[in-house]
Order: sequence, then C-alpha cells, then structure tokens
Amino acid sequence: MIRFTQVSVVHGDGDGADPVLGPVDLTVPEGELCLVVGPSGAGKSTLLGTVSGLVPHFTGGTLRGRVTVAGRDTRHSRPRDLADVVGTVGQDPLAHFVTDTVEDELAYGMESLGLPQDTMRRRVEETLDLLGLADLRDRPIATLSGGQQQRVAIGSVLTTHPRVLVLDEPTSALDPAAAEEVLAVLQRLVHDLGTTVLMAEHRLERVVHHADRILLLPAPGAAPVLGEPAAVMARSPVHPPVVALGRLAGWDPLPLSVRDARRRAAGLREELTAHTPPPAPAPTRQAPLLTVRRLAVRRGRAEVLRGVDLSVRPGETVALMGRNGAGKSTLLRTLVGMHPPAAGSVELAGADGGAAPVVPHRTAPGRLLRHAGLVPQDPRDLLFAETVAAECAAADDDAGAAPGTCRALVTRLLPEVRDAVHPRDLSEGQRLVLALAVVLAAAPPVLLLDEPTRGLDYAAKARLVDVLRALAGRGHCVVLATHDVELAAELAHRTVVLADGEVVADGPTAEVVVASPAFAPQVAKVLAPQPWLTVPQVRAALNGRGGTA
Amino acid sequence: MPAPGPLARLAAPQATRSNALHAGAWWLWALGLAAAASRTTNPLLLALLVTVAGYVVAARRTDAPWAHAFRFFLLLGAFVVVLRVLFAVLLGSPIGGTRLLFTLPEMPLPGWLESVRLGGRVTGEAVMFAACDGLRLATLLICLGAANALANPARLLKSLPGALYEAGVAVVVAMTFAPQLVADLLRLRDARRLRGRRDRGVRALLGVARPVLEGALERSVALAAAMDARGYGRTAEVPRAVRRTTTALTLGGLLGVCAGSYGLLAAEGAGLGLPLLAAGLLAALGGLLLGGRRSARSRYRPDRFGARAWLVAGAGAAVAVLVGLASAADPLALNPPAVPLTAPAFPPGAAAAVLLGLLPAVVAPRPAARPAAPAAKEAPA
Repeated sequence: MIRFTQVSVVHGDGDGADPVLGPVDLTVPEGELCLVVGPSGAGKSTLLGTVSGLVPHFTGGTLRGRVTVAGRDTRHSRPRDLADVVGTVGQDPLAHFVTDTVEDELAYGMESLGLPQDTMRRRVEETLDLLGLADLRDRPIATLSGGQQQRVAIGSVLTTHPRVLVLDEPTSALDPAAAEEVLAVLQRLVHDLGTTVLMAEHRLERVVHHADRILLLPAPGAAPVLGEPAAVMARSPVHPPVVALGRLAGWDPLPLSVRDARRRAAGLREELTAHTPPPAPAPTRQAPLLTVRRLAVRRGRAEVLRGVDLSVRPGETVALMGRNGAGKSTLLRTLVGMHPPAAGSVELAGADGGAAPVVPHRTAPGRLLRHAGLVPQDPRDLLFAETVAAECAAADDDAGAAPGTCRALVTRLLPEVRDAVHPRDLSEGQRLVLALAVVLAAAPPVLLLDEPTRGLDYAAKARLVDVLRALAGRGHCVVLATHDVELAAELAHRTVVLADGEVVADGPTAEVVVASPAFAPQVAKVLAPQPWLTVPQVRAALNGRGGTA
Repeated sequence: MPAPGPLARLAAPQATRSNALHAGAWWLWALGLAAAASRTTNPLLLALLVTVAGYVVAARRTDAPWAHAFRFFLLLGAFVVVLRVLFAVLLGSPIGGTRLLFTLPEMPLPGWLESVRLGGRVTGEAVMFAACDGLRLATLLICLGAANALANPARLLKSLPGALYEAGVAVVVAMTFAPQLVADLLRLRDARRLRGRRDRGVRALLGVARPVLEGALERSVALAAAMDARGYGRTAEVPRAVRRTTTALTLGGLLGVCAGSYGLLAAEGAGLGLPLLAAGLLAALGGLLLGGRRSARSRYRPDRFGARAWLVAGAGAAVAVLVGLASAADPLALNPPAVPLTAPAFPPGAAAAVLLGLLPAVVAPRPAARPAAPAAKEAPA
C-alpha cells in the first residue's frame, strides 16, 4: 500500500546537511495498523509527511528516492491531489477544522473532491454512525470535548474513503478516556474497513498493543526497523513500562498488553513475595508550605471547586488527578491567585516560615512570584522573548534575582541549549524545562505544574522526573496536575483525585493509585495484588535479592 | 389528541437543517423593511417597523452567537438617535421654528467659520425633526441587525457562486479564528501574571501582542497544510478558450461597471451611463459563472429557496413597494413637515402594509427547542 524506495529527506537544498530522515526502504502492506515509534527528533513527523505529500510540497526540503501510495508517486502529486487516497490528521484537531459545525466538517473533504450530492449525504450518515457522532451532528465544533473533536477530525478525512490514514500523535493531548474513544475508532477502521493506518505516538502504553506492526526510527538518520511489535519492542529505546518489566524479567516473546503480562507474571509475583517496595518517606513534621481550607471557586454561576482541603509540606510531591474538567487546572490557578476563592481560604507560608502567611489573590504578581510558581499547560505561554538568552535575562529581571541566575539553571537542566535559539524552535521537552527554569529563577518554595508530560517522549519525561525529584529534595514542594498515571506513580508521594470539583481521594500514591483501575500504572496492574508501582522498584528489589524480607 | 387539521399541516415546522430558511430570504425581507423605513420620517410608522422587526427576531431567532447581536443593534439605534438630537442642540439646525425650548450661550466663531454655529436657540421643531431623522437611520440599522440575527452568516457565504467560494471560506475561517485569538490573548495575559508582571494596562497588552500573533501565524500555517491535504484548491481542467473568455468577460465587465457609474454620476453622459452599467454587470456576472467551472467542488446540502423562503422575501418586498406607493400618494402623512410642530398623524394604510412584514414570524420554520426545553416537557404535568 505504502512503499518507500531509498527515501531520505534533507532540510534545505540538501548539500552536505545531515538527513532528517532515512534512508528508508520498506513497504507497509494494506489493511495494517502500523505504529511509528522513536525518540523526539528521529523524523517521525517527517516520515508521515512524505506519505501525505506535505513533505516536500508544503514544508520544503529535499526528498530523495520515491514514496508511492496506492501506486501514486507523492513527488508528482500535490497533497490536494492525494486527498482521495490519503487522509491526514494532526495532533491539534483545532488546527484541522475549516467549517464550524460537525456535519459541514465531515462533508468538507468530499465537497473539495466534487462528489455528487447523494453520495455525500450517504457517506456523512455512515460516518456519523461509525464514529458515534450522530448526536453531535449540528453542534458547533468549538463546543465539543477534546476526544469528540479528535473523532470529528478523523471522521472528516474518512468521508473521502481514503485507503491510507496518517495520524500524527492523535492521542497525545487527550485524557485516558478520550484516548480510548479514539483508539477504539481506529481499531474498528482497520478491522471493518481494511483501512491502512500509519500512526506516530509518544504514549506507547496506550497504543502498542493495538499495532499490527511497528516501524522504529531509532535516531535521526539511523536505519529504520519494521517488524512484529514484540520483536521491535525488544530492542526499542522507547518502550512502555509493561515492556520494560518484560525485559527485566526476561520474558520471551515480550508481552505488549497488561493481559499478556499478567499471564506470565505468576513466577515474578512469587519471587517478589519475599520483598516489599520501599515504604514512602514519612511526611516531615515541618509546617506546610501551602494550606487550602474548605476552598470553593466559582466561574460565573458554576461552582468549579467545592470544599477542597489540601496541605503540602516541604519536600513533598503531590499529583492531582481526575478527568478533564474536574477542576485540576482551576485549583492550580487559584493557588497563584488567578481566581479569588468564593469561600474558604488559600494560604502560602510566609518567607522563612516566620512572616505572616501570603494570600495569593491579594498579593501583587511580583511578590507572589517568590512564593509560588506555575508552569501552565502550554509552556509556550510563559515565554515571551525571542532568544533563550533574552528570556533568561527577562526572568532574572522579573524575579529580582542576580543576573545569570536563570541562565545557570538552564545550563544545569539543559546543557545542550544555546543562547541564540528561539524558544519556539526548542523541542517540547526542552521548552518545558526552559519554562521551569524561568519560574525557578525566583526560587519559589511552592512549584505547580499543569499537565507537564504532554507531548514529551520517554527520555524527556525521565529527565523531568530527575529534575523534580532534585527540587523536592531541596525542600520545594511540587504539585502537578496530570493524566499520566506512570508519572504520578514514579514521582508523587501523595495523590489527590478530584471529581466534579471535590476531593474524592487523598492519600499515599501507592494506596490511591492501586485502589482504582483507571489510575493504576501498568506495573501495578500486572503485579496486583502486590503494591509495586514502577519498574525501577521491581529492579531494585530483584537486584538486592534477600534484602527486605 | 385530535388528528391535525389542514391548518395544522400548514403551520410552520420545526427548523432542521433540511428545511432551514435560505439565508438570502432573511436578507431580502430585512432589506425590504429597510427600504420602507427610508421612505418615511413618521415616528409612529418607524416605531411600528422596529416593533415588527423585533417581534420576528424574537419569534424566529436561534441560540447561535450571532443571534444575540440584535440587542447590540438596538443599543446602536438608540445611540444614533441621541447623537443626532445632541448635534441639533449644540450645532443648531436649519429648521427654524417658533417654540423656543431654551437658549444655549452662543460661542463666537471666527469669520471664516460663518456657516457653523455653536450654541444658540433650541426650538421644539428642530429637536423633533432631528429625533425623527435619527429614528429613520436607527430603524435602517435595526432592520440590518434583524437580518444579521436571523440568517446564518456561514450559510449565506455558502450560497455564493462557485468562483467566489474560496473568498467565502476565507471569511468563515477568519470568523472562527477571531474568538481563538481573543482566548489566546486572555491566556497570555494570565501568563504575564505568572512571570510576576502586571496583567493590566496598555504595556501588558503590547507585551503579549507578539506571542499572540506568532501563535496565530503558526496555527494558520498548520491550517493551510490541513486544508491542502483535504483537497482545498483542487481545480478541474478547463479548455483554454473558456479560460480566456472568463478573463475577458470579467475584465470587460468591471471596466463597463466603472465607466457606467462614472456616466451616471457625471454631469453629462447620463443617457449612456445606465446601459453601460447594465452591460458591465451582466458581463461580470457571466465571468463569475464561467469561472465557477474551474472549481471542481460540489455542495453538500445547499439551502433551497422554497415556498416559505419566497413568502418571507415576498413579505419584505411587499412592505417596501406598498410603503413607497403610500408615500407617493400621501406625502404629508408619511413625511410630516417639521414646521409647524404637530403631533404626527397615524396613516392606517401604510401601517397595514408594514404589518405584512410580520408574515415571517408565522411562515418561517420555528427554531429547534433550546436544550433545556425537552427536559421540562418530560416533567410530569
């Protein structure tokens, strides 16, 4: 269906520059769900672009070799002329929509192809049913949830009956439930319609067991590997926790889903009965840095938060979990004074514990900065300058810190970033760490992060975990709102679950997370009922055999 | 429940996508009312026109964002009337009049500003004339506001001829971009607070302008890529002769329109102006229609101009024509003289004609119930 013949892509006109991709020489057969995996910057998006024709027609650069899709050479066909064989959906569905209602959006691609009216009518009805969108047909797209929007985006390219569907990180921005919605639809397309799906994704724990085949791009310019999922995962530098556990235990073939892993885990569970995970560090007796009492927040007439109690001590890391719209972001924003409480109180500890407590919404932004810092969902929002150096200088200025403070932080966290780079040209992970450094320039004891692992690959995530652990070790307290159960399991001492603006669970991560299947990390699911959360815990226990009996 | 009689079958159905009234019909209706308003300064008739437009809007508007803009047009109308009266009071008015209300101190102006007066006598006649004149303009605006509230702008653009289609898409995209831009602006202003900077004032706004524009630019590039990949701008092969004819017709037509309008407005050559303008318009229209052949697009569920649409448009046209006839037949009633000051008479014939404008409130499909309504219906009675 898709054939790459000696394909490589080079930026610019290609003299002497290192290739972004390739050489790639392989064939993706018809009717398969092929997953493209690899670390950031390995050329996943570029590879997908060559299939839809956006590379090189839209992005520039030089394409060598030949890509054919259903027999058509993408070099000679522009993306618009490939629209009837390739459907493309990106990470941000909002950047995909041309019209304003669901039904018009589904019809748009067919209108462009000039299909007759009765065909369009029939296909729109079929697609509405296939994707479960029939109830939403007249709704304005802007009012839909993230998962619904992503389904509309997929539907809008399906109506032209493409033979190939190209998806660039379709679930990265979604919460787990919405991601399941989208993956179920893809599964159905592959099984019922025989569509060939080519999909890149960072969140492998969500998708790897759906794939028929995996295309691994190990590094920029390195030779790609295409093969059976288990075989490729055995050597992939990026892999989900269940694969890491399988590799650790030496299982062959590697399990890709929790179900497969549980079947083979009996021996491992037996071996681990002799050990217990290291107990969570006892909470310090120091005064809390952050105290929330009976907090209620209203937006308009809606009560977004109700009766929330929370206190966080120095050195503690707390994960806030819960579905989209549960009030996680609102709570974080209230902690930095963006919403005044409708009832209850929020207090941050005063400087050096001695002074009077600080009430966020009554404190000037310039002063509040030294007590609490928030890294918003999109770190780009926090970056205003045109170079990393200018951004750091501005951050020192804002925080009243000695010149060079922020730059020193950036150098420690991101040694490879140069001064003259534009913040928008950094990778997602680098940008997040830059925003973190900007916030840290004022050395706030309370550090808040909203959805920090969005769009990060495993390497960037591991680095973030290291950075946050070090900060907690130095007496900061960290509160992070996240959907990423693996991150919470690895990092958080305590987990707080919000639902409909109320706290429904608050306790040590191991207890909260294992008690609920929705929030349990893969390792906990495999090794239940034993309370193991992460692969490093298991590895430590197995290495120090006979340690803690 | 009795079987629906013939009248019930004629009653307006609930609006769905298939029977939605053509957006053009609403505009024709509103333009008819506006044309009628332009023929009269009788405040009673103008008030009746505003009431008719307002009633139809109240009866047939949807819950869409543009439908809520009608209130804004009402406020704009009130503002126009107040402004017009204020100018008449401050700057004086050519209407003389004998009923002195009060006298403002007159400001002496240099000789070269002889024709302008500041302050001075304010008469009842002058204020009344200004108020009626302002009310006429306000009524025109409110009629346009009614069309704006009732017709879906996106659907109106979809009814454009094929050659103008891409311009229509650009407008729709811009309309969805604007709210996103505002949301970005608010979000980035919040983010300024996180950096410890002030989030109010002009400097704060300027500080976020560049990142907001950068974000918008990134999004437009992504959208352009998505649109291209979805087949935007695919063209059909068109014979060379047709292409050339299209260009010739369009260019020639536009030239004709220019020359014709010049002829109409200039002192001499008015006889040549009208035919030139008509020929130019026809040629340009032909060019547009031929140009549509280059685009291979088809249309999904286009709005049909059905019987109900004809009735709505016809109601507007009837109001315009009948009020026009009435103003010719009885100019004193429809344009009461400013001097002497009298209470305006109520012209029953013209008023009956204006009431015809209520027809859409009966024949246009009823908008679907608001989301809350079905729940209320299910509640035990």
